[in-house]
Amino acid sequence: MKGKFSWIIFLFPALVLLIIFRFVPLVNLIRYSLFAWNITGPVKFVGFKNFINIFKDPFFWNAFLNTLWYVVFTVPLSVAISLIVAVLLNQIKFLRNFFRTIYFLPVITSLVAISVVWKWFYDPTRGLLNYLLSFLGLKLLWLEEPRGIFEILFGKDLPQILEGPSLALFSLSIMSVWKNLGYNVLIFLAGLQNISKVYYEAAKIDGANSFKIFLKITLPLLSPTTFYVLIMTTIASFQVFAPVWIMTGPPPGGPLGKTSVLVYYLYQKGFEEYQVGYGSAIAFVVFVILLILTILQKKILEKRVYYEV
Amino acid sequence: MRCKIGKIAVYLILVIGAFISLLPFLWMFLTSFKTPYEAVLIPPTWIPKNFVLYGYKRVLSQLNFLQYFKVSFTVVVLNIIGVLFTSILAAYAFSWLRFRGRETIFVSFLALMMIPIPVYVLPLFILVQKFGWVDTYMGLVVPWCVNVFSIFLLRQQFRSIPKDLYESAIMDGCSHLKFIWKILLPLSKPTLITIIIFNTIGAWNAFMWPLMVTISDKMRPIQVGLAYFAQGESTDYPALMAASSLAILPLILLFFIFQRYIIASYMRSGLKE
Repeated sequence: MKGKFSWIIFLFPALVLLIIFRFVPLVNLIRYSLFAWNITGPVKFVGFKNFINIFKDPFFWNAFLNTLWYVVFTVPLSVAISLIVAVLLNQIKFLRNFFRTIYFLPVITSLVAISVVWKWFYDPTRGLLNYLLSFLGLKLLWLEEPRGIFEILFGKDLPQILEGPSLALFSLSIMSVWKNLGYNVLIFLAGLQNISKVYYEAAKIDGANSFKIFLKITLPLLSPTTFYVLIMTTIASFQVFAPVWIMTGPPPGGPLGKTSVLVYYLYQKGFEEYQVGYGSAIAFVVFVILLILTILQKKILEKRVYYEV
Repeated sequence: MRCKIGKIAVYLILVIGAFISLLPFLWMFLTSFKTPYEAVLIPPTWIPKNFVLYGYKRVLSQLNFLQYFKVSFTVVVLNIIGVLFTSILAAYAFSWLRFRGRETIFVSFLALMMIPIPVYVLPLFILVQKFGWVDTYMGLVVPWCVNVFSIFLLRQQFRSIPKDLYESAIMDGCSHLKFIWKILLPLSKPTLITIIIFNTIGAWNAFMWPLMVTISDKMRPIQVGLAYFAQGESTDYPALMAASSLAILPLILLFFIFQRYIIASYMRSGLKE
């Protein structure tokens, strides 16, 4: 019972698995990224050449830009809509849990199955969305549309950077907002319920209207939660993969590479083309980006963002 | 009066939101019982005019979906056994045993957990390939048999159990394992259920790793099987929707049975990093 080293035995299974399947791959990731390692030819140390090649690779920058567009459009939309829904839910008592459950359903269901259904919704000829738009006399290509959303909205004379994400990529954003609504609403609701009623009562006595109350009380007091949701959604959005693989193309990443995102590009290079060195270098870049975001998020959490059920 | 109109507006928006949340699922289930012809009719029908099991028959008899199901169930069960085994032992060490560097090791565990899968999936694949585990249950299951979030939850739970219990157990000459089995685990049921649910959802819905580590059709879990089917088949909507329905059905059932647990666990997951 009192063996001094019995802790080693208890920790052993978890420790061994973590070292072999998390720590070693991580070390190898850094190692591999310094090697030329292709399906043919010898494995050869090349120093930082993979990283230099990445920075010269137009497909990498395309994937990088697409990922940024995806994040820039998914995150604010997702946060804004979930915040509104959470505030509305917080105002009612009757059926609140019922609504929360319904909104939560997409969160637990598989991204694959959901992507299959949404792919059909987006189908230009047989999809539900274009059927609904047809009443307005509109027709969009959705996932097959390589043109930027601002280009579609405002006409053709835009400089390339202002064209915005392709409609194809934006379609993936919309689906993601839909899928994660329930989770973000849940976190926001918890945050809202932590705000003391005293503030609201004081504001009411002072005669503030509900919009003003939202702006001056709810929003500032909720800001740690909002920041937390913001960073979590950003980290998750950076990792988008399954919808690209299932919904876009063929080949995935299409049309014209407009939905090729970083994780998909890393999968394509490292796994499909078996350029292990190059793929690892891309993964390392993704790692650095996510690390910065995670550190940011930890700093926020240290400010005692706390949820109770 | 103004207040009442406001309330009605709030409910109206929430009902519309709920409808949008449910629409893809309704569409999926309803279409899965249509004929391929009816599925693409314009204007679309909601309730199938001819209620047929064609879609399910195709995916279950002509395609390999029964096999995919079997693989997914096996993976989930093995995964949970593995996670429970490693988590219970590790959480015990982290909460009831004293040793130097305990907090440091725990913090490094947490740090490793924060690294997202896409970052290390490629070197992990190379490693698993070296082990000869590609296209095997070993490859699908073993790398995921440790889950730091589960260790974290159980450690918290174990810590909340009073120390007197431990001391009286020692007096009775109780061994570590007996103490865990007879006293700690029965007191930790809600946490254990949370862990089982979380890992079931994770393992059932996993996509990127199973996509990489399986080659043959017979080793594919349901999500991978469905994804390949969806990539190749673009017109047989009843079959596609039947396959999708099957891929989400077990979790939907689980969700409605353990709804409170699941929502509460996700809320706790807000703390997980």
